[in-house]
Amino acid sequence: MILSIASGKGGTGKTTVAVNLARSLDGLTSVQFLDCDVEEPNAHFFLKPRIVQSKPVFLPIPEILEENCTYCGRCAEVCAYNAIAVLKDSVLVFPELCHGCGGCSLLCPEQAIKEKGQRIGVMEFGETNNIHFIHGRLDIGRAMSPPIIRAVKNHMNSMPLIIIDAPPGTSCPVIEAVKGSDACLLVTEPTPFGLNDLRLAVETIRELKIPFGVIINRSDIGDEQVQDYCAKENIPVLMTIPMDRNIAVAYSKGHTIVETQPAYTRRFLELFEKVKSLKK
Amino acid sequence: MKQLVILSGKGGTGKTILSAAIATLAPNKVMADCDVDAANLYLLLKPEIEETHPFTGGEKAHIDVEKCTRCRECADICRFDAITENKDGEIIIDPISCEGCGVCSHVCPADAIKMEEAISGEWYVSRTKYGPFVHAKLGIGAENSGKLVSEVRKNAKEIAEQNNLDFVIIDGPPGIGCPVISSLSGTDLALVVTEPALTAIHDMQRVVQTARHFQTQTACCINKYDINLQNSKQIENWCEKNSIPLLGKIPFDEAVTESMVQGIPLTEYTNNSATEEIRLVWQNLHGLFSSGENRK
Repeated sequence: MILSIASGKGGTGKTTVAVNLARSLDGLTSVQFLDCDVEEPNAHFFLKPRIVQSKPVFLPIPEILEENCTYCGRCAEVCAYNAIAVLKDSVLVFPELCHGCGGCSLLCPEQAIKEKGQRIGVMEFGETNNIHFIHGRLDIGRAMSPPIIRAVKNHMNSMPLIIIDAPPGTSCPVIEAVKGSDACLLVTEPTPFGLNDLRLAVETIRELKIPFGVIINRSDIGDEQVQDYCAKENIPVLMTIPMDRNIAVAYSKGHTIVETQPAYTRRFLELFEKVKSLKK
Repeated sequence: MKQLVILSGKGGTGKTILSAAIATLAPNKVMADCDVDAANLYLLLKPEIEETHPFTGGEKAHIDVEKCTRCRECADICRFDAITENKDGEIIIDPISCEGCGVCSHVCPADAIKMEEAISGEWYVSRTKYGPFVHAKLGIGAENSGKLVSEVRKNAKEIAEQNNLDFVIIDGPPGIGCPVISSLSGTDLALVVTEPALTAIHDMQRVVQTARHFQTQTACCINKYDINLQNSKQIENWCEKNSIPLLGKIPFDEAVTESMVQGIPLTEYTNNSATEEIRLVWQNLHGLFSSGENRK
């Protein structure tokens, strides 16, 4: 099963849920953990994997072979991202705008464009107990995170459980991380910000037709509106985690909840049972 | 006119709470919410929308199944896995995966694929009791959040110029990628809000590096600094070592959630040690801006 953990709003506890679930199942089920929040990957602080391999991620960007180029302008015309400009006797490429679609090189009538890989980030592979771990990391100054998420997901293996820690938000990086999942957990907090962003996340996950449930973190702060919304929309609330300064302090040091409060292991295992019943 | 962007790297460290508080403290400004995929600032600023504009972030491919000969050439060249076959053998294009590159429409020998503009959000110009406010809503799963951020910023800046305002204050998105780069490019200062957690420190460092990459000056402030004093010290040391002004240390405060539930900026909801510290952050920001002026 591929299970993704997403949220809409940042800082609600996606990584907390993902790492604690992985740790609780460690030894019971084989788990592959993919940290797809490649702009700000954080799961390694808690899982502390031994990194055994690292692989750069490249985006194919155009390289103009000036000797073949007739400056016809076809490449600039087909580029949907304005990443190429053709002047009278030169061609300018703007790599930061390129999505790596390959259109320019494919459609150049003179075969004057070849693609070269430009590094935009890195993947690191590791292990921690029985958990296979991979995360992606976008290089500083690079804009495009989806190709790194795709690269990480291309290394998905045949483990019975794959946990994907998704980035915050609702736009392209989230879609890239979450699509193809068998189930999704949306982590929120019972505040107006939490509710606003949960609604957006729910719309997104419904659009992708993925079965999902909600986890309410810091469940005793704020108000009742998230509970009411879930009840009205028939969204199962699969777990609540109360506000606990000890959890916050443990989090700040890079400790999981199950490490510091082992009683939580059972709660995360119960959560996993509920997630399995979501999968239809 | 000075442009300030509030960033964090990690989500949920308090960008929007701080932005709303600054909205109550800063004179003569326009506010802009550039966290377009999970916009929350409007919940505290209570805008009256005066203008609504559609945002078209790009195109999506549409296939005419009547014209399609099922040659699959489009599916072979699509790099975004957006083109597949359904169970009846028809070629279909998944609008969510489509990145709008249009290569399929160029290679289709049957001319069966057309690119069509996708409405992918809206942006608004609003009035609030704190002054003008430009904000947006990105469509679900839409592309080009960076382009929508640029649209919001362009309009906020125009409002500031037309009305002779002193500041554009931008509530930014989490992360370091496309919408963050659009939010910070060309600003005068990026204020990074962090927390004393190892994750938040790591994320703050990455967003500071990103700002530096784009030659934007940075400053920091620590939220909930008393959750882990040792880590807060580490942040202070790092800021000092990297010559990043630390503008304030805001204590953990339960009134933050209460004020959010009431939909009121913290500085208008209560007066306590947290709001005092936020006032200090604003004074320090103001100081940084004026010392910058003097240098010129």
